[in-house]
Amino acid sequence: MQQATGAGVSAPDAPLVALTDARVHFGAVRALDGVSLTISPGECLGLIGHNGAGKSTAVNVINGGLTPTGGQVRYLLADGRDGSGLADAQACGIRSVFQELSLCPNLTVLESLRVIHRDLTGIGWRKVAQGRIAKALAEIFPGHQIEPGMTVGELTLAERQMVEIAAGFSDGRMPARLVILDEPTSSLDAAIARQLLSHINTFCAKGGAVIFISHMLGEVFDVATRIDVMKDGRIIASKPTSEFTQQGLIDAMGHVAAEKSAARAPGSAKTELGEEILKTPEGLSARKGEIVGLAGLAGHGQAEALARFYMSRSGKLGQVKQPEVAFVAGDRGRDGVMPIWSILRNLTLTHLPSLTNRGLVDRDGERRLAADWRSRIGIRTDNMDNLILSLSGGNQQKVLFARALASSAPIVVMDDPMRGVDVGTKQEAYQLIRNEAAGGRSFLWYSTETEEVCQCDRVFVFRNGRISAELTGDNINEENILAASFEMQGVGT
Amino acid sequence: MDKSFVLKLTDLPRRPWFWAFAASVLAFGATTYLTDGRGGAGLLSAALTFAAFSAIVGLGQMFVITLGPGNVDLSIPATMTLAATLALKFMHGETALVLPGLGVALLVGLGAGGFNYALIRLLRIPPIIATLSASFLYQSLAIWSNRGLRIKPPEVLADFTTGSFFGIPNMTLIGLLIAVLSWIVLERSIFGRWVSAFGQNTRAARLSGVPVEVVRAVTYISSAVLASLTGYFLASFSGGAALNMGAEYLLISIAVVVIGGSSIAGGNSNVPGIWGGALLMFLIVSMLNSYGLGAGVRLIMTGTIIIGIVAAASGKGRAV
Amino acid sequence: MNGKYRILLPVLSLAFLLAAVFYLQPRAMSYFGLNLLFNLAVPIALATIAQMMIMMVNDIDLSIGTFVSFVACVTATFLHDTPVLGVAILLAAILAYAGLGALIHIRQLPAIVVTLGMSFVWGGLAVLLLPSPGGTAPVWIRSLMTVKPPLVPMAVVACVLIAGISHFLIMRSSTGTLLRAVGGNAQAVARSGWSVAKLKAGAYALAGFFGVLSGVCLVGLTTSADANIALRYTLLSIAGVILGGGEFTGGKISPVGAVIGALTLALAGSFLSFMRLSPDWQIGAQGAILILVLAVRLLFSRRNRKWKEAAQNG
Repeated sequence: MQQATGAGVSAPDAPLVALTDARVHFGAVRALDGVSLTISPGECLGLIGHNGAGKSTAVNVINGGLTPTGGQVRYLLADGRDGSGLADAQACGIRSVFQELSLCPNLTVLESLRVIHRDLTGIGWRKVAQGRIAKALAEIFPGHQIEPGMTVGELTLAERQMVEIAAGFSDGRMPARLVILDEPTSSLDAAIARQLLSHINTFCAKGGAVIFISHMLGEVFDVATRIDVMKDGRIIASKPTSEFTQQGLIDAMGHVAAEKSAARAPGSAKTELGEEILKTPEGLSARKGEIVGLAGLAGHGQAEALARFYMSRSGKLGQVKQPEVAFVAGDRGRDGVMPIWSILRNLTLTHLPSLTNRGLVDRDGERRLAADWRSRIGIRTDNMDNLILSLSGGNQQKVLFARALASSAPIVVMDDPMRGVDVGTKQEAYQLIRNEAAGGRSFLWYSTETEEVCQCDRVFVFRNGRISAELTGDNINEENILAASFEMQGVGT
Repeated sequence: MDKSFVLKLTDLPRRPWFWAFAASVLAFGATTYLTDGRGGAGLLSAALTFAAFSAIVGLGQMFVITLGPGNVDLSIPATMTLAATLALKFMHGETALVLPGLGVALLVGLGAGGFNYALIRLLRIPPIIATLSASFLYQSLAIWSNRGLRIKPPEVLADFTTGSFFGIPNMTLIGLLIAVLSWIVLERSIFGRWVSAFGQNTRAARLSGVPVEVVRAVTYISSAVLASLTGYFLASFSGGAALNMGAEYLLISIAVVVIGGSSIAGGNSNVPGIWGGALLMFLIVSMLNSYGLGAGVRLIMTGTIIIGIVAAASGKGRAV
Repeated sequence: MNGKYRILLPVLSLAFLLAAVFYLQPRAMSYFGLNLLFNLAVPIALATIAQMMIMMVNDIDLSIGTFVSFVACVTATFLHDTPVLGVAILLAAILAYAGLGALIHIRQLPAIVVTLGMSFVWGGLAVLLLPSPGGTAPVWIRSLMTVKPPLVPMAVVACVLIAGISHFLIMRSSTGTLLRAVGGNAQAVARSGWSVAKLKAGAYALAGFFGVLSGVCLVGLTTSADANIALRYTLLSIAGVILGGGEFTGGKISPVGAVIGALTLALAGSFLSFMRLSPDWQIGAQGAILILVLAVRLLFSRRNRKWKEAAQNG
């Protein structure tokens, strides 16, 4: 309870961090193009923008990990001095919780703290570390099930993210004064996310500062006192939260977001579904041309159910040319991208067996296929021979969509494919999915975002690894999904 | 001069296999310099012959290493010895049995590769340990089957392996043929794509419809078959199968793959580099020999050169 | 959960093998019998710990066998004749290991190849030192290795010490935690402001240190050395780490398990000779034992997973 008051040593309104015209240029790429911003104690700054708008670069400049090629970054140290650079950023009490999980799976929860806290040395360091992490977890996520002695690799994705967040807020030689949270709720379910948001509010009320980056605009509105909108490496709008509307934000980011109701109207008109083409032991089923959603709290067995189904229907030599199922990965690094390959090779991987003659690849046919999908799905590159990793995250995701859709598979399995994808790409992908479904393809679509699930023709809600409800037609709405996800749980937590 | 040609020339040093060939030329030059150019033809022919053996096992190892971290075939020497021993014992020096003998060797390869794969698949053992423990079994089998007796190969076969065709050693021709076939498989066939995908991200490959288990089985079996083939020829070339005939090929097979510019991180393989590495490994030893250096210095130099080449070749552009 | 089961199987397989040996040869169940069984295990255990240090940071050392041979040669020559120079050479060798670790990280080289190259270098140096078997063990190490503590033979005491010290160093200390973190997620470690190059150099230096101990102990047991004395340690040490529950990647290792794995392998040799197996099959049976233990381990982890699933569903 004491740590946050450390900020009070200096004048209450003096900014903890001040960026003045900060620029980061990688060759011709201007990742950050003259950004000025300040964060003062008690503030929660919501930072939003598309993928590639420069948020991550801004974060890395603020936490001292990246030295800007132009402009200035100043930190106000606890004793009132000014400072700059990584060491001063750490001395200032600036902590970062990154988007990609950055724990070591082989360490225990308390050992993970050792990597972040340099002062954990000498005899008895384990006790100190255990105390710090346990306290932070209990404060932020009351009722959590994480023991400091557990190995990180055996925690669920959500639990790992909770540990990372707790480590960011934990006590240390220098108490946390500014915590940067980059997409902190991406793997958390709604209840846990709420716990986090309320902790941020308390933390700021006690004089701490937070930078909150999220694609979930609702969360940003809930928690931020001020919102900065980034686009092309600049801050294009910066106002107190009360002066923004959700629509205004989306407009400011530069994409015309389709109205939610409008998005659904044309697709749902068809509903001429074919015969049932799949049924799994746990009760998932889909008809031809149907978009089936998998919903529920994150980590309740949806991804596993999809993986089990996919594995059972693929992998044999006979299924190579006539695949029964295709897969769209959401965790691109783990499940999708072939990092040393070109965009072309990444895109054609699944369909390629059909483009071979006696085992040899028809390379012209391959190029035609890739060119076709490049224009159909709008992959932004001037050359399909460029490395896949040269694309932004959203465009990589499009390549993965194209990889699956280019195949002749009648069923497409999607494992939370919109994770960390910007609004514009999402709208394009929704349209694509609807078109493909109208053409007779069936989709199994797991999503952590209720809004996406509501676009499906039928929804299976998962709880504790089992299907707890099947919703169709008008029954598909947020209330019903939440009810089915939480039933029986709500009491204890 | 044509501009594109100039561009290609300046591009050469960036090819991963360039350094292996450049160093081979240097080693060749340094050796023949000592003899004022005499014996150059003999050295070249010897280099091409011995490099062929290293290249064939190296190609097999390359397929395996391309499957990604942890994939390496440590059973190559034992498989070579076992195949050579059984094949020579079967032929018993009779000309008529040369081809069936080859069949025996290839069958041994199939069996060994299949067994290696079965261990990896069924017991989920890391490939290094699986091939290592299997190699102990093959070794015992070879000892037991022949008790270390040396059986002479059929004369026709011995003549063929030491002979040449229009000045090019027969072994070199076979080595080149296998290299060309491997290149086609890796660069032009669907199987090559699958191997590369497997090596970059096995999970993603599986989820993209790549039949990963088929790929892994075929890869380990090819490595063992190529090792058996080499064992068959090497034993015929050197006048009989010896129990330790394969020993040095374990290090060589890995070294040529890496010197040749294939990525040890998986997914990226390089066929021309295998030949470059194989030539280099032989030429370094003969260079140091001709300068009259003792075994100790020769080993130190070989090691230093391997590290030097790898350090020079992988300076940039390596995917993390 | 899993981390705790990790150690169970190595312990059981060692116990099983030990029981089998005692059953076949009851006389082994004595002070001298045990010493005889485990004597040669001490240097193997040290080499296995050295290999584990490298595997901890996601690399593999194919040169440990030749390195131990080289150290053995230095011990039997320089360390005996001119101790100061001998110690200096061994320190330089440890430094060379640290340098390799840094080089491998900074230039992003594949460790498997660099250590492969180094195996030639150490082998060459060893041949230069002792072209033919010979040399003499320093008196102090000879007496240290043949010391007879009460109740428990020296070999067992030494193994317990090795396991205890390396466990404390790697699993308990804060520096050891950082080293394991490098194996788990080097990127995260770098992002927290640590120098991964320094940490890797540290892990390699530890490997060098334990390699040196292994070579010195080996000479203390054999009284003389030759350039090929420990070549099989490379494969034995890898197998030992794996038998002990370690993994190739991800910094998942167990020092206690590694020592037990080394003991199991050493015992396997004695077991076979007690079985009066034809020498033709000695090597093969060693492979078979390795396969068997790993197969049992698979069953173990499957069972474990089933329990977990049952616990989750129930």
